[in-house]
Amino acid sequence: MALSTLEYASTNAASVPRSAAALLWRRLSRNAGSLVAFGVIAAVALGAVAAPVIMPYDPDAPDAEHALEAPGRRHWLGTDLYGRDQLTRMVYAGRIDLLVALEATAIALSLGAVLGAVSGYRGGWIDQLLMRGIDTIQAFPSFILAMGIAAALGNSVTNIVVAIAITHVPIYGRLIRGEMLRIREMEYAEAARTVGNRQRRIIFRHLLPNCFPPVIVQATLAMGFAILTVAALSYIGLGIRPPTSEWGAMTAEGAGYIVSGEWWIFVFPGVAIMATVLSFNLVGDALRDVLDPRMKGV
Amino acid sequence: MTDLLTLEDLTVHFDTDEGVVQAVDGAALTIAPGAVVGLVGESGSGKSVTALAILRLLRPPARVVSGRIRFDGRDLFALSEEEMRSVRGSHISMVFQSPRTSLNPVLPVGRQIERLLVLHGGAAPGQARERAVAMLREAGIAEPDRRAGQYAHQLSGGMCQRVMIAMALATNPRLLIADEPTTGLDVSIAAQILELLRDLGRRTGAAILLITHDLGVVARLCDRVVVMHAGQTVEWATVRRLFHAPAHPYTRALIRSIPRVDREVAMEPIPGSVPSPLAPPRGCRFAPRCPLVRTECAAHVPVRTIGEEHAVACVAVEAS
Repeated sequence: MALSTLEYASTNAASVPRSAAALLWRRLSRNAGSLVAFGVIAAVALGAVAAPVIMPYDPDAPDAEHALEAPGRRHWLGTDLYGRDQLTRMVYAGRIDLLVALEATAIALSLGAVLGAVSGYRGGWIDQLLMRGIDTIQAFPSFILAMGIAAALGNSVTNIVVAIAITHVPIYGRLIRGEMLRIREMEYAEAARTVGNRQRRIIFRHLLPNCFPPVIVQATLAMGFAILTVAALSYIGLGIRPPTSEWGAMTAEGAGYIVSGEWWIFVFPGVAIMATVLSFNLVGDALRDVLDPRMKGV
Repeated sequence: MTDLLTLEDLTVHFDTDEGVVQAVDGAALTIAPGAVVGLVGESGSGKSVTALAILRLLRPPARVVSGRIRFDGRDLFALSEEEMRSVRGSHISMVFQSPRTSLNPVLPVGRQIERLLVLHGGAAPGQARERAVAMLREAGIAEPDRRAGQYAHQLSGGMCQRVMIAMALATNPRLLIADEPTTGLDVSIAAQILELLRDLGRRTGAAILLITHDLGVVARLCDRVVVMHAGQTVEWATVRRLFHAPAHPYTRALIRSIPRVDREVAMEPIPGSVPSPLAPPRGCRFAPRCPLVRTECAAHVPVRTIGEEHAVACVAVEAS
């Protein structure tokens, strides 16, 4: 009796677990940098979702009368050559950049998860085959490869997504393979085998979810990298084409005006890219603190 | 009564860089329906490998060189992988050494039992939930409803083992293999777990193969014992016979090495150490440490019946 009460008491304390979200919040709020970063991403995401509602201007409608207007009360961040409101265009651009990065990450993650999980669990020739395939992708500098794919497929949002997704598959494939190599030797993997599960079920339903903590961190970091790639591709004209607003393309448009003094066209989208990418990196680091197994239960 | 499980001449090798490790060499054992059989031996004597061989779960570098396993009238080595999968978990289930790490950390424990029931019982998800909670209750877990929604790291080691046992018996298997089920649990919890195993085993009619290095555990729980040394099974007996009239020199030494507090008998460690499985001696592998060693020991040692339900693989001991 005494024993069961004791057992109850000791586990009861653990039965009010800090959820991952609560833990994340605690750590984020402890560090001002990551709090700001989280705010930046939230703001970009909010703008992306609610752009038509919150922005007073049309991002694409030219307004010759107010061309190249400096930042002021009417246009907080100024206007471009065609008199379009910079802030409006930047918010709409965030929509494209975020969406492309998100889609590319989702595709790369799904593919990488399947390849990595099967590779790591099965080993042998399947592992060799899949990993050599991934090596082939990794043999190219990733930006050059993305450029090549985008150039070959032609500019379109879908093709940019594909190009970035392909270059990101190795990131997840390798990471998940590594995790799987470790996890397949765990006792719960053995236990899953002893009860007669099919291999596919063991890999995807029992073991893969256990690989996720480092993957979530990696995906957050890679989101920033993906945004940078979209912007860079667009900057050199292989990505999103004008008139669609996109940070990299806007930076490219503005580049010609730095010397003539219209700095805002170039600077603000550039800052947006930098701030967003940096924020993803900071949030990724914060997530690592939360999800690192060694930190669990602290 | 026909035996539930018969294992004969099981030989398992591990192909390693250093050479072939002969982990199990001609092991044999039988389990009657509903019996509790202990498989005893030092670490590395091949107990766990034997268990995994029964489930056909040995993976490279392990290799089954020879052996016959009949379970419930079927030759397990002749089954297809598909048929074998339906044997695992539903007819033979297993409880592992470290309960906490044998449970999937990202699934609530109740869900793990439910999945098993759906996998083997074809249970509808709603029923599975109820049954899972009922099994947890039977395994002596207080507040099974709430516990079912918790994760392994929220439960104590003893509770995790109760969950494992609940899961192992949820599908009404004919045989439960328990591999060192109480290692790592403190003594009082270990005692409770052993009682639970025995009670649930009796209630569900499942036979239990209890793998352990602890003769005390065997004495508490088992009807019969098989002693294993360096990959060879050396003695088969009822628990009573084994403790009162151990025949094999290794078994005798093993029993003498148990610390006693009730008698003024010095504990005697077994001289020497387990021979390297890389280059084991021919014949009886206990020969280099054996006080009764003879020249015949280097040849194949036949198994001799020396009493009712008592057999030994040794040429030096006489029938009693």
